[in-house]
Amino acid sequence: MLEQLKDTIKKALPELDFVIGWGMGFDALHATPLFMYEPEDVDKLVWGPLNVHNLATYLPALKGRKVGIVVKGCDSRSVAELLQENLINREDVVIFGAPCRGTVSLTKIRKVIGNTGLIEDVNYADGTLTVKAEGASHEMALKDIRADKCGYCRFPNAVLSDHFVGEKRAPQVEEDTFEDLAEFESQPFEERRDFWMKEMDRCIRCYACRNACPLCVCRDHCVAQSRDPHWLSQQDGVRDKFMFQIIHATHLAGRCTTCGECERACPVDIPVLLFKRKFTKAIKDTFDYDAGLDPEATPPLLAFKANEDNIKEKEW
Amino acid sequence: MAKYLKKDDLGSWLKELGETYKVIAPVEEGDAVVFRRLTDERTLRIDRQATQGPKGVLFPACEELVSFKYVKDPENPEKTKVEVKETVEAEPTLIFGARPCDARGFDVFDGAFTKCAVKDNYYMARREQAIVVSLACTKTETTCFCNWVGGSPDGTGGSDVLLTPVTGGYLVEAVTDKGEALMGGKLLSDADDARQAEAKKLLQEAKDSLREAPDFDCMPEQLYALFDNMDFWEKQSAKCISCGACTYLCPTCHCFNITDEQQGKEGSRIRSWDNCMSHMFTNEASGHNPRPTKAYRLKNRVGHKFCYFPDMHDGHIACVGCGRCIKSCPVALDIREVVTAAKECRLPEEETSDD
Ligand code: SF4
Ligand code: SF4
Ligand code: SF4
Ligand code: SF4
Repeated sequence: MLEQLKDTIKKALPELDFVIGWGMGFDALHATPLFMYEPEDVDKLVWGPLNVHNLATYLPALKGRKVGIVVKGCDSRSVAELLQENLINREDVVIFGAPCRGTVSLTKIRKVIGNTGLIEDVNYADGTLTVKAEGASHEMALKDIRADKCGYCRFPNAVLSDHFVGEKRAPQVEEDTFEDLAEFESQPFEERRDFWMKEMDRCIRCYACRNACPLCVCRDHCVAQSRDPHWLSQQDGVRDKFMFQIIHATHLAGRCTTCGECERACPVDIPVLLFKRKFTKAIKDTFDYDAGLDPEATPPLLAFKANEDNIKEKEW
Repeated sequence: MAKYLKKDDLGSWLKELGETYKVIAPVEEGDAVVFRRLTDERTLRIDRQATQGPKGVLFPACEELVSFKYVKDPENPEKTKVEVKETVEAEPTLIFGARPCDARGFDVFDGAFTKCAVKDNYYMARREQAIVVSLACTKTETTCFCNWVGGSPDGTGGSDVLLTPVTGGYLVEAVTDKGEALMGGKLLSDADDARQAEAKKLLQEAKDSLREAPDFDCMPEQLYALFDNMDFWEKQSAKCISCGACTYLCPTCHCFNITDEQQGKEGSRIRSWDNCMSHMFTNEASGHNPRPTKAYRLKNRVGHKFCYFPDMHDGHIACVGCGRCIKSCPVALDIREVVTAAKECRLPEEETSDD
């Protein structure tokens, strides 16, 4: 399948500035985004559970250039959402899709093997990842170390693509039941508050969560750094850091596809996806809407409906 | 004379030191390891490099420089004057469990903040009161390259005491006079030859496990020559998403921003970390930005570390090879690759023949 994907990309490459996919990074466990300009670059392409990055993040800044992008199912939803919001042009982007079996969470792998800095070799076959580190070999079932989002994935095949390579896979689940959120919310308020006080305390305000998000499009003009208006102070307290997360989650309400990039990108492992899970569920309950499925649809908070089905203001 | 500390006594030793110093050490927090004040509730984690190094102890992510208050002049109510109070804060602090690269990061800070014409009182006050107890590395990670930039798994630059893990405990060696003061504790015994030999062997193995170091002496010249080659920088920075993870986690990055945070008539002037990878960095009041894209910004990060800083500080590279910017980068952008590509980049004919 990988060879077929490479051939497809090579055929399309002459018409494009470049195609974005994944290659291997600094060791056998860490992949890195790969910008393929020449056919030789395409030979470095990899496909599998280490392709953790959502490459759709690069697209808005490339608007106006003709580029190709390789997508997992979840990434394709970001592309669809970008199209919905006119942040990219459909005719500028060539989408290469392939079926996804899930991607790893490097944080979960670290919990199993202790240190992800000592990698010697990695192999993946039939749902099992084998990591060699410090002379020891660790076998892990992908389902135990996959990203949380892969556990509730409904779209393992690209929701839209120009070229789809390989056989479509069945989704993990039919319905997302938000059990993770329910579990967190079953704790009393004090515990949840203390949890966030502790977690946000180590936030270094690098804004990797923001910049990795394909749909966080203000970027260079972010409220977090703007001096005028002065929304957030530069003081290093949990209050301001938490405030930023709430702003991010609010701005993403009805647009976020829970791709999980924000949380994956966080260098100090703060589980910021949880905020977005909360908002995503609220959007689902209120508008029965899933972001990034139909490029023609209008996100509910960008639309106006005089009588919302689930907001009964006239009856209050 | 090298000393020996039993592994089981480490906690008591740190507790003892806690009577004189505020002890800051790498502890577990969520899924990360960060430097925090050591308390009974916190779990010390020295089995791997901390997610975030100890730079914030001497150069906090945010600190108040002065507090200010506007007050009406009682003699002349038309006039307002501003009362300003400087807030230099420092107390005896012991940084435990820094890696040799982390400690060497303070050398770069010293170069920038204490050895230049303008001295940074805030940093200096903390630096003077700090004592750094480092832990040598007997294992190296795939992202480690301290040996490329003048360091070593047992390097002592920036440290006052160096611990080396050996069977059952640690070899403890003073590096500076300040460190010598810590050698008297009753939990420390004299280290026998066997332990010293073991430490030596482990450290040699660690050194041998690192990739061979390229020669970077030519880098300043090479990077100046590449300054206008934006095609090079655009390709190198293509995958960068312009966050601040690399710089904020870097033990040597020392850029800062100064802002006034005012509420009503009172406020404080604070200094907070800034980073050259962000759009706001050096954005001028006119709206002009001399580093308008990420290509210019990555050029600045690499240039500062491997060209401008060494140029101003006797060749001292402002990177200690800790590898955090590689492993914590959301897109695994590898500074080793960028510098190596810059080193190997042949400049186009017409550019080199011009002058
Ligand atoms: S907020 Fe997080 S999960 Fe949602 S689209 Fe952005 S990066 Fe993805
Ligand atoms: S990525 Fe993590 S550390 Fe960085 S700003 Fe976001 S929450 Fe904070
Ligand atoms: S951490 Fe990586 S993506 Fe973020 S600014 Fe640095 S190099 Fe770019
Ligand atoms: S540039 Fe990277 S490797 Fe060098 S000291 Fe900074 S974080 Fe460490």
